This record gives sequence, structure tokens and C-alpha cells, in this order.
Amino acid sequence: MDNVWGYILWVIFPYVALGSFFFGTIIRLSLYGGNITAKSSELLEKKQLMIGSILFHIGIIFVFFGHVVGIFIPKSFTDFLGIPNEVYHMGALFMGGMAGFMALAGMIILSYRRFTNKRVFMTSSFSDLVVNVSFLIVIVLGLSASLIEGTVFHPEFNYRLNLSVWARQLFYFRPNYHLMLQVPIVFRIHVICGLLIFAFFPYTRLVHALTLPWQYIFRRPIVYRKKGLRGRSK
Amino acid sequence: MKVKAQISMVLNLDKCIGCHTCSVTCKQTWTNRPGAEYMWFNNVETRPGVGYPKKWEDESHYKGGWKLNRKGKLELRAGNKLNKVALAKIFYNPDMPNLDDYYEPWTYDYQTLFGKESKHQPVARAKSQITGEYMDLTNGPNWDDDLAGSDRSFGEDPNMQNIESDIKGNFERTFMMYLPRLCEHCLNAACVASCPSGAMYKRDEDGIVLVDQERCRGWRFCMTGCPYKKVYFNWNTNKAEKCTFCYPRIEEGLPTVCSETCVGRIRYIGVILYDADRVAEACEEPDDTKLYEAQLGLFLDPNDPEVVEQALADGVDMETIRCAQKSPIYKMAVEQKIAFPLHPEYRTMPMVWYVPPLSPIMNYFEGKNSIKYPEMIFPAINEMRIPVEYLANLLSGGNTEVIKNALYKLAMMRLYMRARTSGKEFDAEKLDRVGLTEDSATSLYRLLAIAKYEDRFVIPQSKKEKVAPVAEDQGGLGFEQCNGCALAPVHGSMLRKAKAGESTKDIYAESFYGGIWRD
Repeated sequence: MDNVWGYILWVIFPYVALGSFFFGTIIRLSLYGGNITAKSSELLEKKQLMIGSILFHIGIIFVFFGHVVGIFIPKSFTDFLGIPNEVYHMGALFMGGMAGFMALAGMIILSYRRFTNKRVFMTSSFSDLVVNVSFLIVIVLGLSASLIEGTVFHPEFNYRLNLSVWARQLFYFRPNYHLMLQVPIVFRIHVICGLLIFAFFPYTRLVHALTLPWQYIFRRPIVYRKKGLRGRSK
Repeated sequence: MKVKAQISMVLNLDKCIGCHTCSVTCKQTWTNRPGAEYMWFNNVETRPGVGYPKKWEDESHYKGGWKLNRKGKLELRAGNKLNKVALAKIFYNPDMPNLDDYYEPWTYDYQTLFGKESKHQPVARAKSQITGEYMDLTNGPNWDDDLAGSDRSFGEDPNMQNIESDIKGNFERTFMMYLPRLCEHCLNAACVASCPSGAMYKRDEDGIVLVDQERCRGWRFCMTGCPYKKVYFNWNTNKAEKCTFCYPRIEEGLPTVCSETCVGRIRYIGVILYDADRVAEACEEPDDTKLYEAQLGLFLDPNDPEVVEQALADGVDMETIRCAQKSPIYKMAVEQKIAFPLHPEYRTMPMVWYVPPLSPIMNYFEGKNSIKYPEMIFPAINEMRIPVEYLANLLSGGNTEVIKNALYKLAMMRLYMRARTSGKEFDAEKLDRVGLTEDSATSLYRLLAIAKYEDRFVIPQSKKEKVAPVAEDQGGLGFEQCNGCALAPVHGSMLRKAKAGESTKDIYAESFYGGIWRD
């Protein structure tokens, strides 16, 4: 039974989630390129947004790159550089914890704002509310996994020996789900929730994170458009 | 030299009566949708006053427009590109106005007026159009309408800052004027330069500034960038919207809705040719008081054969050039110099210009013997009820000389016409002193006072059908969730009743109650 569930959760589900992410992204960017927006509500409320948004965004960007490093840089590479395992983990816990708490504090403020500010709440869609709640859950899970479960209950656990390996295997389509069965439970729930966020990412306001206005840096300040050449990029 | 054509407007403030017809017709055409209720593409402000949004002219607060940096180069006041990323402004725009700087849109609880008979007079209470909750109204559009001169409006009008305190406080000398405002369709539009997505653009052929609703990603930097606060954020579609200069009408050679419906006939629309190559240089004029003249220097004489030749080479079509030659804007702004840009010190090169008002002073010297001693206008203008300094702060970056010259000219023209129509002698040399001749005074009088439709609006047709699929655009307004004529379904129900055989009289009785629409 373990095997069946293991196969469903750590082989099928990740591909469904990532498939949904890529499918949604392609559809949204190509067919609905016009409605990629973060749906700003700054007009309706400003003060809480200032603290919440800046904290959350800076925190989550560091968290994201922390995950990228944790997953894609194998242990053998840091061993080769001569970085001891303890130093690596202390560094990861310290920096990841800082960024995680920033993102958490920001998301708590943003969620409080979204649910209690009448103007913001009334103009929120269901998906806006889901996004806030799911981020709260996934950040709390992530922090408690690495700061409590990983250090107190399973000090012997090293995610770089199984979790990261499995995650890398996903990218060359040979995931070994047995690796995930060695991972403590909170880590596992965190991974599931994280994948769920990826699954609905392109269908919500989160899609704004996929685009950056690069051309703004290079273009001249005043844009002219000739008639007949209007952007009809539906 | 790179010749470009710009559709622009002049408003003759001397004749504005502050009736808000322009604002209302504009709103009914463009912004009667959810999310757009608080948007006034056109609004009329009472001056002195706080304006809309509150204190929009206080750029130390809103950070709109351009400034010169230490090297004397043009830079957005809200910060350059690097600064937007470095200071995390992409996550939170610190300088953006809040809904409370405008007002929370509301409707009334009309239902209670139609309920059962009750002991007390029923009252329709205000209800927020965003939250649906009852509201205590403390602010709204034109909250200070006609209240100029009160402590609040005097104290909170940024243009009053440089004016002597005795004028400010002296209630007997209080004054008032109206200022209709719309998007300025600037030559150096700060909103366009602020937009990270490249969704805002100037149309190459007529200079109208638009927001591409399909590319706008709701960064909101345009709202900050625009010093006139004429770009709004739709809280429903999460996109920016602004005055379109009624481009579907302009393309057909028709004036904008605000101009068409102006009962005072104060608005003029025409084409102006300008040298696009020199815009940046003109914007970098270090002296605020000389920016008006710097902008004036950009405009090209449409009758100069060299200009016409270059214009054709740069792709301006012949009809546009012909319209530029008959342009009322060129006549008022360049030839007669009686029209001025609103706040040229923002360095955006605005293209909606204003003829300063003269009204209250005329009693002073339209009385006895005024025609005999027309030079009386020179001291009189200086003692005008609306201080020249105030007008200069609004319209010329503080340059009082140019405003005075325009007022002298307008006053002298009136005296001349008054003498002529009442059969009095008038020394034509007096006209010469303000730069008028008998001919030019007469034609200026025709343009300003008679203001025939065909003199006010000289607009080229765009011939868009030759390059764009116009049939696709028919009936579209370019904004999401715009239902066009929102009353259609209501009329539909009436049509159904008529088809079912109800008499017109019955349908009328059912649908109207004491003159109030009931659906």
C-alpha cells in the first residue's frame, strides 16, 4: 500500500502539478497575455500594504532562491568545495529562516488586510483569498519542517541526500519515490502544498511573478505607436 | 527637424461658468462602469481650491512630472528606473494617491423611497459602491464647488503659496474662477515614460495619449508619473484608464464630447505642428518661468513652405497640414499669445492650454469714459480681483509678464469692439500698444466671442480605415466590462411589454413614478 501511495504522491502528483503549471502558463501567456497583472489593491488601502507587501516579496524572493540552491546544488558539489555539512546547514537554516520569517510576517499582514479591510475584501476574488491562505500554510509548514522537525525530532535527517535528489530526478523524468518515503512527515506535507501552489499558480494573480518588464530598461521614455500597428496581441 | 502633428485644445476660462456639463457628458460616455465611478476624465475645479484629487498640485507630496537632476538632465520626479527597483517601489508605490484622496464612490439606497407607506419621510442613504455599506459622506467630487475663498481652499491651494499673505487673508478681496481639467496629452508625457509595460503610448499621427488595456499590467507608476493626476486605476479591472480625447470622434473629425457639449462654447480643438527633435531640449530649460516660452518655441509655422515640405516628408498627411494652417490653437497660442499651458513647470509640455480669465475686472473699466481712456486697463489689470500672480502660478510657471500681456490684449480687444458696436471713436494706435491691429482684433473677437462651431473645431479625419481593421472596432470602447448603453436591457423589458400588447400609456405608468425612472 505504501508503494501505491508513494507512487501516486511522489511520481504522478508532481507531474500533474507541474504539468498544470506549464500548461496554464503557456495558455495564459499566449492567449490571455493581456490580463497578466498582480491585481493591485493599493488604491483601496495603502499603509498595511506597504509593510506587508515589501516584507513578503523580499522574503519570498530569497526563499525561492534558497530552494533553488537547496535542490539544484548537490552535496557532492559543496563537498568538493570543502564546505562542511554542519556549516552548510547552519547557513541554510539561518538565512532561510530569516527570509522565511520575513515572508511569513509579510503574508500575515497581507492576509489580515485582505480579510479585514472591507474595501479589499469586497473586491477580492475567491482565488485571491485562496492564494493568501495557501501561502500562509505553506510558509508555516516550511518553517516548522526545517526549524522544528528537522532540528528537534529528526536531527539525523539531511534533505540533500533524499528530498533534493528526488526533486532533481523529477527533471530528468526518473523520480525514485522510495527516497521520499525516508523524508519526515512535515517536510512531505510542505512539498505537497508547495506543488499545489505551482499547480494553480498560472490561474491566479500569482502569474504576475512570471513576467518582468525588461524592455522598460532599454526603451526610450516616450513611446509612439502608429495607427494600424496597435498591439492586438490577444 | 522632425515634424509631428498634435491634436490640442484651448479653453477660454473667461467664459467658463462652471456648469459641469463637460464633466457629466464625459462621465456618461466613458466612466459609468464599476471600478470607474471615481474617475473623472474631465472635471471642473473651483479655484482657489484643493482640486481633484485633493491637492494634486502639491508635487512634493505626489511626486508627479519631471525635474532636472544635478546634471541638468530631465528625470522623473518619482525616481528613475534604477531607483524603482532598488527601493522596492515595484512592490509598493509610495507616491501613489489613495482612494481617499479622491473619494469612495457611492450610490443611494433608492429602494427605501418606494417602500410601503410609513410614518416618517423615507430617506435614501448613501451606500458605498465598493463595499455596499452605508457611508457618512465626508468627501466627494467637487466637494468644494463654488467655495473658493474659504480658509480651507485658500490654505490648501498650492498655487496660493507664493502670493502675498494680505491677499490670502483679506476676505473682501476673495476671488474665484473655474478650471476645467482633462488629460493634457503632453508632448513629453511623464505617465508614458513611467509605464514599465509600455502600455501607455502617444499616437504617432495625432499625439493622443492612450492606455493599451491589453498591455497594462497595473504597475500604477503612471498614476504617480502624471503630475495632473489624470490617470486613474480601475479597482475592478486592475488597469489604468485615462482621458482618450474621445479618439473615436476625433478620428471622424468630430470634437470631443466635453467640447461638443460645452454650453459656454469655451473649448477649441485644432492641430499644431511641432518639432519633435527639440522637445527634450526645451524640457531641460533650467528656468521655470521660461518653460512656457520654450514650449512655444517648439511649435512650427504651418504656413512656412519649408515646414510643410518637412511635414510631408515625416509622414504628416495633407489634410492634417491644412487643418494646422486653420488651427484656432495656433492662432491663440502662437500668433496672439493669449493661451497658456497649465503648470508648464512640471516639464511635461502639456497640450491643453488656457486663456486666462478677465471677468471680474471689467466692471472696473467698462464704466463711464472707459473708451475714451483705454490706457486705464494697464493699471487696472494689476489690481485685478484674481491676482495676476495666481494666474501666473497656474499657467506660466510664475511668469507674470506674459499673462499681463494677454490680459491687456483681451481687455483692449473688448474696448475696441465696444467702441465699434456703440459707434464711438477709438484711437487705433491704442490697439498697436498691445500688439493688435483692427483686423486682428476683429478676428480675435470673432474667434473668442462669436465662437462659431467651424471656427472652434478644425479637426482632420484620420482615414484610419485605410490602415486598420475599423469594422472590428465598431461599437467598442476599448475598456473591459463596458456595456455600452447600459439602459438597453431596461428598454428591452419595455419592448417585450409592448409586444405583449400593453398600451404605451400603461408601460409609461409602470416604468415611471413621479418622474423617477423605475426598473
